[in-house]
Amino acid sequence: MKHTPFYQIHKSAGAKLIDFGGFEMPVQYEGIIAEHKAVRNSVGVFDVSHMGEIEVKGTNALAFLQRITTNDVSKLAQGQAQYTAMLYQNQKDIMDGGVVDDLIVYKIADDDYFLIVNASNKDKDFAWMQRNQIFNLTLTDRSDDLSLLAVQGPNAERTLQKITDVDLSKIEYYHFTRGVLAGVEMMISRTGYTGEPGFEICFENGHAEKVWNALFESGKEFDIKPIGLGARDTLRTEMGYSLYGHEIDETTNPVEAGLGWITKLDKGAFNGKEACEKVKANPARKLVGFVLKNKSIARQGFEMMDEAGNKIGVVCSGTMSPSLEKPIGTGYVLLPFAKAGSKVFINIRGKAEEAEVVKTPFLKKS
Amino acid sequence: MNFPSELKYTKDHEWMRLEGDMAVIGITDYAQSELGDIVFVDLKAVGTKLNQHDIFGTVEAVKTVSDLFSPVSGVIAEVNTALSEASTVNQDPYQNGWMVKIKLSGSAETDALMDDAAYKTLIGQ
Repeated sequence: MKHTPFYQIHKSAGAKLIDFGGFEMPVQYEGIIAEHKAVRNSVGVFDVSHMGEIEVKGTNALAFLQRITTNDVSKLAQGQAQYTAMLYQNQKDIMDGGVVDDLIVYKIADDDYFLIVNASNKDKDFAWMQRNQIFNLTLTDRSDDLSLLAVQGPNAERTLQKITDVDLSKIEYYHFTRGVLAGVEMMISRTGYTGEPGFEICFENGHAEKVWNALFESGKEFDIKPIGLGARDTLRTEMGYSLYGHEIDETTNPVEAGLGWITKLDKGAFNGKEACEKVKANPARKLVGFVLKNKSIARQGFEMMDEAGNKIGVVCSGTMSPSLEKPIGTGYVLLPFAKAGSKVFINIRGKAEEAEVVKTPFLKKS
Repeated sequence: MNFPSELKYTKDHEWMRLEGDMAVIGITDYAQSELGDIVFVDLKAVGTKLNQHDIFGTVEAVKTVSDLFSPVSGVIAEVNTALSEASTVNQDPYQNGWMVKIKLSGSAETDALMDDAAYKTLIGQ
């Protein structure tokens, strides 16, 4: 199994490790609920170095990205980032418009873009990009060289500002800059996957320990904690953010997944566009959030039913929300059940458990 | 981790304490630690008849869910209603975290159960 540069640190911190996307990664340190609350209330650090980083350079970089991603890359300014997706088209045995991956595109310059993709999809993504390769374009997989940490929570900015001269307050949401932090040259972006204010920082592997130690020294006064993938999942679920392999995959279309806001049908041709137009014109199902009435947790793959017991959908994600202290989840349901307030049932080990369809995010932040 | 010597253990990580013709059952310190934060304990009702190895409930952690298997045959005589605060199982798996009391239908089938030393070997401690 692969390891990030922080592997020994995780082990000595007493992390419980699991296989995630081919990497041995921390699922929790002291406990998912405590870690979740640390991020909501103060600050936490996630090692997300398993994620893939791909450079896209050349005079055709924009044309290429417009073709393979759903969002409108031409709208990006230098130093701006964008959440987007890559879709399949004309691929044997895979439906048009199925999601290759969701990713973030960073614009460094007109001919220089940086992509962060999911760990488990990275090789597939890179192969798909190479298949769509055009002239005057260089694709480079930098995943094995780069470390990525997410520093998230209401005290994230204070923690980082103490160890950098970059004025972090000047970095807007989904913007980034290059600068020196903890004595290390890196990319600093105001992005994250938790719903809290925070940053993601990306730097060469050789500096991993130095940066980690500086973060924990600086964050000591805020009781900074390392956060595992378990809390990463509960935090993102409370915000209704999609996770590849749960809400989206090769069999889902971004429009039905509620990702119409990153699917720009008016930007010109892109892979999967016609499939998105069809789903938009004639949707059959929709991704919704739900809250269970009782305490059982709905897990991925559980069947969703109407009051009469007819199958109307399937669960994508489910967990106990540490903030709301209720079981929450997401699932695809037939359109008539997609309205907030709809009563649905979930087959949990043979018991029909009542749930209510709700608007996401589950956690309303001011 | 703590494995009291007066208890018997199963390979499915339950513990059992005999009190006359009653078997008190819960999950081990190792089990609660592996499950992580426990958020819901769903137990079958008082009066439910169980054969050895039957499921007497499920325990839900944030990340995962696990069935609970009865080490003995009998009838559920009592369930621990205090486990509506499910994290008790994490904090105190052997005392306040007990789950069910089963009235034995015959002699306790304890031969197949492990003592603390055998259980520690099983989990590699």
